[in-house]
Amino acid sequence: MLFTSYGFIGFLLAVFVLYYLIPKKMQWPFLLIASYIFYFIADPRYLIFIAITTVTTFYGAKVISDKKVAFDGWFKEHKKEYEKEERKALKAKEHSVEKKIFLACLLFNLGILAVTKYTNFTIANINSLLAAFGRADGISFVDLIIPMGISFYTFQSMGYLIDVYNGKHEAQDNLFKFALFVSFFPQLVQGPISRYHDLSQTLYAEHSFNWKTVSFGLERILWGFFKKLVIADRILVAVQAIIADTDTYNGFYAFAGAMFYALELYADFTGGIDITIGVAETMGIKVTENFIRPYFSKNIKEYWNRWHITMGTWFTDYIFYPISASQFMMKLSKKSRARLGNNLGKRVPVYLSSFIVWFTTGIWHGASWNFIVWGLGNFVVIMISQELEPFYRWFHSKVHVQGTFGWRLFQVVRTVLIMSSLRMFDCYRDVPLTFKMFGSIFSQSSLSQLNAEAFIGMGLTGFDYLVVFIGMLILVTVSLIQRSGCVREKIYGLAAPVRFIIWYGLFMATLVFGAYGIGYSASQFIYNQF
Amino acid sequence: MNELLEILEDLHPEVDFKSATDLVDGGILDSFDIVSLISEINETFDVTIGAAELTPENFNSAEAIYALIKEKLDDED
Repeated sequence: MLFTSYGFIGFLLAVFVLYYLIPKKMQWPFLLIASYIFYFIADPRYLIFIAITTVTTFYGAKVISDKKVAFDGWFKEHKKEYEKEERKALKAKEHSVEKKIFLACLLFNLGILAVTKYTNFTIANINSLLAAFGRADGISFVDLIIPMGISFYTFQSMGYLIDVYNGKHEAQDNLFKFALFVSFFPQLVQGPISRYHDLSQTLYAEHSFNWKTVSFGLERILWGFFKKLVIADRILVAVQAIIADTDTYNGFYAFAGAMFYALELYADFTGGIDITIGVAETMGIKVTENFIRPYFSKNIKEYWNRWHITMGTWFTDYIFYPISASQFMMKLSKKSRARLGNNLGKRVPVYLSSFIVWFTTGIWHGASWNFIVWGLGNFVVIMISQELEPFYRWFHSKVHVQGTFGWRLFQVVRTVLIMSSLRMFDCYRDVPLTFKMFGSIFSQSSLSQLNAEAFIGMGLTGFDYLVVFIGMLILVTVSLIQRSGCVREKIYGLAAPVRFIIWYGLFMATLVFGAYGIGYSASQFIYNQF
Repeated sequence: MNELLEILEDLHPEVDFKSATDLVDGGILDSFDIVSLISEINETFDVTIGAAELTPENFNSAEAIYALIKEKLDDED
């Protein structure tokens, strides 16, 4: 069920009305039922996968948590009876049992993700290798279903398991409450990847109808629909035309395509997250923010702290830190510092861990070399900017531009250009073609390509481009206002007629200019496929 | 504490670590800095700081980092 379908709007209305009509203590069980119906409508077979992950993670975490509580209680009472070394041995023994349960649960669930998402990619690579050695008879592909949102709910569940294992919080006692945490329908298909200690604060609470909260939620949903239907789905037509005909649309067109895609992806993904957060908000549930005006970032590191934040922090907390703080890396750090000197040596474990993280981030986005190269491209850019830091310090000591509007603008434009170039891997069929099209920007761009007719030929009218342009101006304006606080709060403080004009205007704009007329169909959200 | 301040100042000479209380939340220490930092702390103080302890609360100020080190030292006794 697409967020932009009439079916979803009907489903949402029914859930919303019933949510506030039923007894408050039934609200969270009702949301669980609604979430499972939502998933069932997508494909009944998906339910088996999400149920397996839910049950195994719930019991795995619960056994670990119960053991921890029992051991800690016992240890507190009896620790004086043992010598230091004995105490250490007791702790190690207890930890080793917990670790076995933890690893079994983790590997089982990541295994499901790996098998469903990466089996055919692995087979394709094996076949390429066989073909390189002259063997034409490759392995046949297998027909596997990839449950909707599996990457998101698996990561969310594993985050919970790791937190329980690390003692950050105790395990949830109620299987059904945990099932709701895993399957909460607004965020099931494209995130954000919530943390249990955040989402659980409001997910299970009883919520009374509050007009301000509900209207704020509805406004957020409307804003999401505006971004998705008016901007993303409209410019998508031009993006698809540019990608489909690379013989015609090279050079400057490839550059325009990369820029259009930057706008499309932003409007699509942030629009989807607005709908998710808005839907949850109408029911009094707070979902973590996933974006903080990422296109205003000064560098790539900052960009990744502001774009798809919950994914970035997930990779940092659960992959980057465990790898880089592991005993192996600590030893490597010691050795490399001894051999290469303190300055260079200390970077070895950081860069190695970072490489692994970006490789994983790439493959998490999709089972293809395009995404792997995209991930590693990010790694290379971040490493280069890290290495250039002394140069920037030197530069700023000589040229006093830091803090000026011009320098800041340069940094923002540079970040957008770099990120948009990397995202070309997301668009084109394969890695060599992406490099070819990127190269064509420098070798085949010409002034003759700057003509309006060619852009009209991409399936959009001049009016469409005007709508996209005005939509983009509205996005930028809202982002600028957002810097000094919540825009909805600011509008809330305005006189009632002004508020009405703003929201009614946005509603009508979405209704009239939304890309669902003849020649369009509201398309799937880009991040649903992950 | 002085040893810790030396390590921190080596990492970011421009920061006043005695008074700063938002090292992570304020973006002064990023994930790369934290990893470099714990590798030096582990070596200098002979403790083992694991991934689970790498939270903003533990690294927002020199005092918080020092408290973590002390806790680890006490824990290992």
